[in-house]
Amino acid sequence: MNEAFNLPFWAEIVVSAFVLLGASLALIGTIGLARLPTFFERLHAPTLGTSWGTGAMVMASMIFFTVTSGRPVFHEILIGIFVTVTTPVTLMLLAQSTLHRERAEGNPDVPASISKTPAADSDPKEA
Amino acid sequence: MTVLPYPLLTASLLLMWMTLNSFSIGHFILGAIIATVASWAMAALRPAKPRLRKWYLLPKLLGIVLYDIVRSNIAVVGIILTGRTRTRRSGFMTIHIELKDTTALALLSVILTSTPGTAWLEYNSSDGTLLMHVLDLVEEQEWTDLVKNRYERLLMEIFE
Repeated sequence: MNEAFNLPFWAEIVVSAFVLLGASLALIGTIGLARLPTFFERLHAPTLGTSWGTGAMVMASMIFFTVTSGRPVFHEILIGIFVTVTTPVTLMLLAQSTLHRERAEGNPDVPASISKTPAADSDPKEA
Repeated sequence: MTVLPYPLLTASLLLMWMTLNSFSIGHFILGAIIATVASWAMAALRPAKPRLRKWYLLPKLLGIVLYDIVRSNIAVVGIILTGRTRTRRSGFMTIHIELKDTTALALLSVILTSTPGTAWLEYNSSDGTLLMHVLDLVEEQEWTDLVKNRYERLLMEIFE
């Protein structure tokens, strides 16, 4: 942990600001996950953590290690890229399985399927 | 079979290898070998090769998206913290998407899901209908304009 003592004052301020921002966004995202009333609304809350929550943490890490090691360190950006690129996969899986379940239960709040596959025609609402 | 079937992929892999290890001659050679072999493996899978017509518009798209993500982060934080569930109306909406290029569609889905407040739910490729969920559905037309004019037009220029 000796590295931390070599950090100039301005860098300490900037790094802590980014860490706090990222942590707050992740916290608010989880609060939203607990508080929002419906599943599809809750779907939006964790994106705070995966977008700028991750982004701010990555920025803080890049600044910290660039300043302390004296050479540009930016491989953390890969974390940001891969988190962003893989989020849609899990989000769509969750959303589509819930859509399927709600439709099968005949929940009127959920819109009918937009695909015209035979499976979609077995919608209990239309029966 | 050409030596480098996916030059952009090979270059990105090499760059990634060197950022993860170090920028030295040794890692350049090792990374180049790995990146070339990986791009051959990719070629064996025969994915559709995306064509970037106007690649110079990509930074503009990235800028717009990063700015929008900041804006919607602030908006969603506001919604969660104030907890105004009475006045806010969230809901589903469908948009007709004219994009056909799969890479462009994938990019659009990444943009919409990584922006808090919008979620891509279902897409029907035969008639181009997209079902999405919006956290703050005040004006449906506003969201349609955002997707169609801000993202889709630019993606179309880049890919089609």
